[in-house]
Amino acid sequence: MQDPFSSVFPLRPGRVHEVYGAGAMAFSAMAAAAASGPVLWIRESWQEGGLHPVGFAQFLDPARVLLARSAHQIDSLAVAEEALRDGVVPCVLIEVTRPLNLREGRRLQLAAKAGRATGLCLIPEGMGSNAAETRWHARPKFDPESEDSTLMCWEIKKNKSGTIGAWDVRWSHQARRVHVVSPVRLGPGSQDALG
Amino acid sequence: MWFPRFASDRVLRTRSVEAGFALTLSEQNTERLYCLSPQAEALGLHRGMSLADARAFCPSLITQPARPDLDARFLRVLRRWALRYCPWVGLEGPDGLVLDITGSAHLLGGEAALLKDMRARLVRAGISVRLGLGDTRGAAWAYAHFGEDKALSDLPVAALRLEEATVTALQRLGLRTIGDLTRAARAPLARRFGPGLLRRLDQARGDMPEAINPEPEPPHYATRLTLPEPIGLLPDVMAATARLLEPLCCKLKQHEAGARKLVLSVQRVNQGSQQVELRLASAMREAARILPLFERGLATVDAGFGIDVMRLEAVLVEPLPVAQLGAPRAPAQTATASEQLNDLITRIGTRIGLENVQRFLPADSHIPERSFLIAPAAFSTPQGGWACHRPRPLHLFAPEPILARGGTPPSAFRWRGMALRTGRATGPERIAPEWWLEEESWRSGLRDYWVLDTREGRRLWVFFTPQSPGWFVHGEFA
Repeated sequence: MQDPFSSVFPLRPGRVHEVYGAGAMAFSAMAAAAASGPVLWIRESWQEGGLHPVGFAQFLDPARVLLARSAHQIDSLAVAEEALRDGVVPCVLIEVTRPLNLREGRRLQLAAKAGRATGLCLIPEGMGSNAAETRWHARPKFDPESEDSTLMCWEIKKNKSGTIGAWDVRWSHQARRVHVVSPVRLGPGSQDALG
Repeated sequence: MWFPRFASDRVLRTRSVEAGFALTLSEQNTERLYCLSPQAEALGLHRGMSLADARAFCPSLITQPARPDLDARFLRVLRRWALRYCPWVGLEGPDGLVLDITGSAHLLGGEAALLKDMRARLVRAGISVRLGLGDTRGAAWAYAHFGEDKALSDLPVAALRLEEATVTALQRLGLRTIGDLTRAARAPLARRFGPGLLRRLDQARGDMPEAINPEPEPPHYATRLTLPEPIGLLPDVMAATARLLEPLCCKLKQHEAGARKLVLSVQRVNQGSQQVELRLASAMREAARILPLFERGLATVDAGFGIDVMRLEAVLVEPLPVAQLGAPRAPAQTATASEQLNDLITRIGTRIGLENVQRFLPADSHIPERSFLIAPAAFSTPQGGWACHRPRPLHLFAPEPILARGGTPPSAFRWRGMALRTGRATGPERIAPEWWLEEESWRSGLRDYWVLDTREGRRLWVFFTPQSPGWFVHGEFA
């Protein structure tokens, strides 16, 4: 395990992950781009604004995206569970508006495990569920050098099966994948893992 | 079988009107009477009269616009009903039916009894009818329209289904009845009026055959099951549904059609009935694939004391040609990925509504809000062509005003309660409103869009409206 980033990203399939912060949308678009096949984006219909397909086309082909507009969070979770269990959609993104309780989180985990699909919850800050496999904090960073920058700081706050850490990443338009710029700051548990 | 007041009878079946009643149809910018009730005819009104004249004659006249499409549908219903007399039933114009009762009259006790039965049933249904029984189709038409009890040769020439001009010309020649016409020399008639007149005459007299076109029955996609003992358990109901699905899917396959919407009506022992609706993301006819999709809907059915009648109907049917399979597939993977995805969309659709599963389609517009469309995934196919060479935000929201002045981006501002400092501003990119479309939010005119990289990290898409100065945040890049 030389590179701790490649051990946590792309996200581990068959699990449900969480992300929060100002860069959560970009994180989820990039995470979905790493998977192949259709992407299901579940969003509650009352939520204003939204994804701009022309904007995320640089990361993720909008033709791959299916949008499910549910009436409330119960429906969102039901749709997510159905899709995760089915496994046809390898990546399911759920916009969560209120904290999941342990039972809901666990059910999503079991569904993801059954369908070998990746689930990713976009949560408001501090509303994480204990059942999540990993929890990420994504925030954009000011990049004094490059103009069309996608520099972000991704920090893994919780990891059930590994170490935590923080990385500065940017999107490589040529390779269409995420590049790590430099490991800026390491969490307390990851010192020995890096060596 | 001629229905002289077909259209108004259809309307009067549902509402009873004491006074005169008429249907109007607008022709060449005037409202004309299209069909009248007997009371209206007794008042001296006639078909083709303008509505204003009719109102002047009879102020109490009640009118309603005519609906020829509904009339045509009702006539097809009557055609289906008339199949009880004989299998050969065709439509005759917009207000008549033609029946070939050869060989089936004796089933109802002879021709006279058949006519009596027909008349009694139609009168009970409130439809005025004139029946003509003739040896040929032409003769029957003549009897129905011009008197049921006269001899054919005594009927006027108009009874031969001729054009108006021909009838007038014949009358000028003194040939008033069909009998006159038969006695006249054929060759001059043919030279003057063309072969049409003699053909009609021969058809009426039986010298020339004329077939009846019985319309093909449109396929009816429904099956039903009556159970000797009521059932209530979900596996039993599923098994019954499987039995209903099997013949329905066979029928769909025969007609190269696929069901898009299925309705399962479940009747309980105590006469209550429930309906389970299934809308499919794509047209389907494989019973094995449809059955599991019913599971969720059937789980909501309250069986009560038990279910004894089930009826399955394909309400919405689309043509679905037989597809060629690429290679013989193993039975384990009977469905391809796209079929599986459609099944998933159907299942999600039963929960949140099929139109709420959507997909993005590109649209040709510079306006960021209009550069894409959202369409239901079940009724669209994914499309490419998303290239955009200008930076566009990932997240677009309604413009949020910020406090700033002047045409250059502010060096510091507050947005959503955060104090932000501009690190780098890239722009402007000018986007003009599409003047040919009304768009409330673009009333403020031109927009100069800037990409602001703030020192705090947030990358915002802001715009300045030079025509009515103001700064707004419109989207975010991360």
